[in-house]
Amino acid sequence: MTAVIEARGLGKRYGRRWALADCTLAVPAGRVVGLVGPNGAGKTTLLQLAAGLLAPTSGAITVLGHHPGGSPAQLSRVGFVAQDSPLYAGLSVAGHLRMGAWLNPGWDTEYAARRIRQLGLDLRQRAGSLSGGQRAQLALILAAAKRPELLLLDEPVASLDPLARREFLQGLMETVAEHGASVVLSSHLIADVERVCDFLIVLTASHVRAAGETEALLASHHRLSGPYRDPGTLPASWEVIEESHTGKQSVLLVRTDDPVLDPAWTDRPVSLEDLILAYLRQPGSGTGAGRPGLEVAS
Amino acid sequence: MIRFTLLRFRVQAAVAAAGLLIIAIILAVTGPHLAHVYDTTLRACQQQGDCTLALGTLPPSPDGTLRALLYALVVAVPGLIGMFWGAPLAARELEAGTFRLAWTQGITRTRWLAAKLGVIGALSMLTAELLSLMVTWWASPIETASMDRLAPGVFHAGGIVPAGYAAFAFALGLTAGLLTRRTLPAIAITLVIFTAAQLAVPAFLRPQLIAPVHLSSPLAIASVTQMGTANATPAGGGTLFVQAQPDIPGAWILSSDIVTPAGRPADTLPAGQACSESHSRQACEAYIASFHLRHSVTYQPGSRYWALQWYETGIYLGLALVLAGLCFLRIGPAARRPGGPARASGGAATASGPWRWLGPRHLSRRRGRASGPWPGSRRGTRSRPLSRS
Repeated sequence: MTAVIEARGLGKRYGRRWALADCTLAVPAGRVVGLVGPNGAGKTTLLQLAAGLLAPTSGAITVLGHHPGGSPAQLSRVGFVAQDSPLYAGLSVAGHLRMGAWLNPGWDTEYAARRIRQLGLDLRQRAGSLSGGQRAQLALILAAAKRPELLLLDEPVASLDPLARREFLQGLMETVAEHGASVVLSSHLIADVERVCDFLIVLTASHVRAAGETEALLASHHRLSGPYRDPGTLPASWEVIEESHTGKQSVLLVRTDDPVLDPAWTDRPVSLEDLILAYLRQPGSGTGAGRPGLEVAS
Repeated sequence: MIRFTLLRFRVQAAVAAAGLLIIAIILAVTGPHLAHVYDTTLRACQQQGDCTLALGTLPPSPDGTLRALLYALVVAVPGLIGMFWGAPLAARELEAGTFRLAWTQGITRTRWLAAKLGVIGALSMLTAELLSLMVTWWASPIETASMDRLAPGVFHAGGIVPAGYAAFAFALGLTAGLLTRRTLPAIAITLVIFTAAQLAVPAFLRPQLIAPVHLSSPLAIASVTQMGTANATPAGGGTLFVQAQPDIPGAWILSSDIVTPAGRPADTLPAGQACSESHSRQACEAYIASFHLRHSVTYQPGSRYWALQWYETGIYLGLALVLAGLCFLRIGPAARRPGGPARASGGAATASGPWRWLGPRHLSRRRGRASGPWPGSRRGTRSRPLSRS
């Protein structure tokens, strides 16, 4: 399977702080990828690197096989909806559509007009007076009407109310169904990710903690409970994501590709929410920093 | 991108056009009257052979005030263009975050910058030059009569320099906006640097653009404007005081000194009795003549007007081009290809290439949001996360 985004040792440093460090991952084509992590984890940095807005400090990133943002052709192949859906406040909806048509060779006028109609947006209205949901929708239309092969969305629904959020994601899924573009969507809202994404990247404290198909990730994580065990005596192939010990009992969340054979453990399936939360709860760059970003199982 | 630049710029362009129109109306209303007054007065005085006196009586006000205002406006407009067209151009995009929209459309940011620079830069120069042409037309009777178009305060309002000022101010504002990423500081920087340039160039650079002419001639008594004594005592003590006005039509006088035949300044000559109040003017003139004083004048002849205009415009346009080049360097491509310019610029030791000194201040401004055109990737030294423990 070809990768739409491929990163090797990718890092971005602001001053002394690494916003993204040692990121190695491959995002397969044709997926709706959820990029999850707490605020400040590096999601925006990763997406802006992929959109060509930032230059990496270290490592390399290729998007659709090319260096991002380097040429008009490359820019046309990637649609980007930045955080908070930036639009020109003084420019009308029609003005934004004109901008899209003038600046993008593959602009789909028919699609843009149809989506505007469906959403009931007033062409003469200034972007500054649109509601949050309308702004997000307009930003999505601008990015999608380019007919990109890859659509990058940075926290597109973060500032929307639940209804607008649902409508936005619905619009997104319709667009994906229609155009067949790959999507990378960052969010800290697990429910949204669960609804639309079939591939997951967990990013905390500037590091990629887990990346893979949602189902494969769920299958490789186990919630184990059993009699107390010294953490030092656990199998080497187990990666303990979360552990809690009482005097008699140990409860672990482990990642392993091997089946858990030890009958002392009770193995229960993990929900996506549990899994993501476990990663998000992990202490900063403590134990995880030394570990390489997990590879894609595909 | 040119069409989109024009679409985004139409309000500012309309404001500029309206401003020019208002000024054009004022000038069209007052211009013919001014020309008429000068025409009749000059014709009358030329018949009498001496216009110096007649010119002194000519429009001190309100035309004189209007003239001064208009000349100030011609140099203020390029400054305003720099502050309100140039400075916000990139700064507002960076401030409002819309650069994330603009630079992810299907054109490179180099094209984006080229269109903004080209279109708005050209409009800036056009605006300044149109205003200058109108004011020059209006003031032409005055300039013909007073022959002072080389003088500071007049030179900057005519010819082609206003276009050069506008190009420079616009590029300056754009550069300041790209570097500070903030509109208000960019406006302030533009104002300060442009004003400094406007003060420094006439004072230090313009007189030296072409080597000035030095003229040393025997002091003609007719050119003496003031004579007398300073710190005089009844016994004839004190020093002689002589001032003269060189008579070089149309010239920009840079210095005018009265010196002794030996070349020393003539400010310590004995006052003598001849120039005290009890003696006649002739006696004083004869006394002054006995010193064989010389008049040493440094000036730019009026015939150099266009040469000086071209030189100064060239310098400002050159500066504008340098600033535009800085903008292109700054905005750069998003990232360098391996083996590209980033490696060519070498220096694995400097973390972020030539712009390192600009970096850290903005970087951690907002969580992970601070982003932008930081060229120069760090190659060669493969970096590692900070905590490897």
